[in-house]
Amino acid sequence: MNRFLIPFGIFVVVVGFLAVGLTLNPRELPSPLVGKPAPDFSLPQLHDQGKVISSNELKGKVWLLNFWASWCDGCKVEHPVLVHLAQSGEVPIYGMDYKDQRNEALTWLREWGNPYQVVAVDESGRVGINYGVYGVPETYVMDKAGVIRYKQIGPLRDDILQGKILPLVRELQNQ
Amino acid sequence: MRWLLVIILLIPSLAAAEEARPLADNPQVEARLKTLAVELRCLVCQNQTLADSNAPLAEDLRREVREMITKGMSDREIIDFLVQRYGDFVLYRPPWKATTTLLWLGPFLLLIAGATALVLALRRRQKKLVDVTLSEAEHNRVAQLLSEGANRP
Repeated sequence: MNRFLIPFGIFVVVVGFLAVGLTLNPRELPSPLVGKPAPDFSLPQLHDQGKVISSNELKGKVWLLNFWASWCDGCKVEHPVLVHLAQSGEVPIYGMDYKDQRNEALTWLREWGNPYQVVAVDESGRVGINYGVYGVPETYVMDKAGVIRYKQIGPLRDDILQGKILPLVRELQNQ
Repeated sequence: MRWLLVIILLIPSLAAAEEARPLADNPQVEARLKTLAVELRCLVCQNQTLADSNAPLAEDLRREVREMITKGMSDREIIDFLVQRYGDFVLYRPPWKATTTLLWLGPFLLLIAGATALVLALRRRQKKLVDVTLSEAEHNRVAQLLSEGANRP
């Protein structure tokens, strides 16, 4: 009996490790930027190319930064959630049009609705690199001092919004 | 007709020609990019290096690294730039840290555990082997059997 107990114990441990490992999402990498000041950007606006949107203008309030693109499928999935959030008016959402064609982005927003206060255009993807973006959509929560407090990788879902993001936003707004 | 055939045959070679990536003007920069890129992970296709990957992000990161090299930044500075943004995961060789201790020591711990188990098992088996003293008659019988065996062709 004892002979089988040790191999069986090892088997159970290995199965345990594999079971946990298989449920983890390898795409969700912890960002080293959470808790650090958001990288500055100063970019042309999508709707008015002559105007510039800069991250400095946004200091003093809590805001969301959503990286998206018209070519991105996940963005279409999360879009209703963003539109709904924008309608509630709880927190301003700023868009970052990541490596996209201007015309296609504008058409996309016209078609699906525009939840953004302002959309910045990151044509080269440089700002994306500064934010550690490796796949759109990604969403960041900024506090009043311009520090990144949360990063959502992949599409926003209603349960993430209600369970994590909105409680955090309210807490930061009260600070 | 024959010309048409030639043109059709040339079409695939045009498509293949697009695969070649333009090199930077400076071959030294390109050589350094190569040595750096094999140490860095592409974050989109996570089991490929930055050098292997054709993902758009990998291309952007190669461009970024190429520019940093041209600016005269050291390898250390370039790697720090990427780690600050993407975390240690961007490195194929993770640094020695509290969170990576198990990763680095794990194989050695498993090796020690395996070696210990082997030594213990061998010792236990040795204890089970008991020396049996043979009587005079048994000795003779053994000698007889052995000699019989030796005589056989």
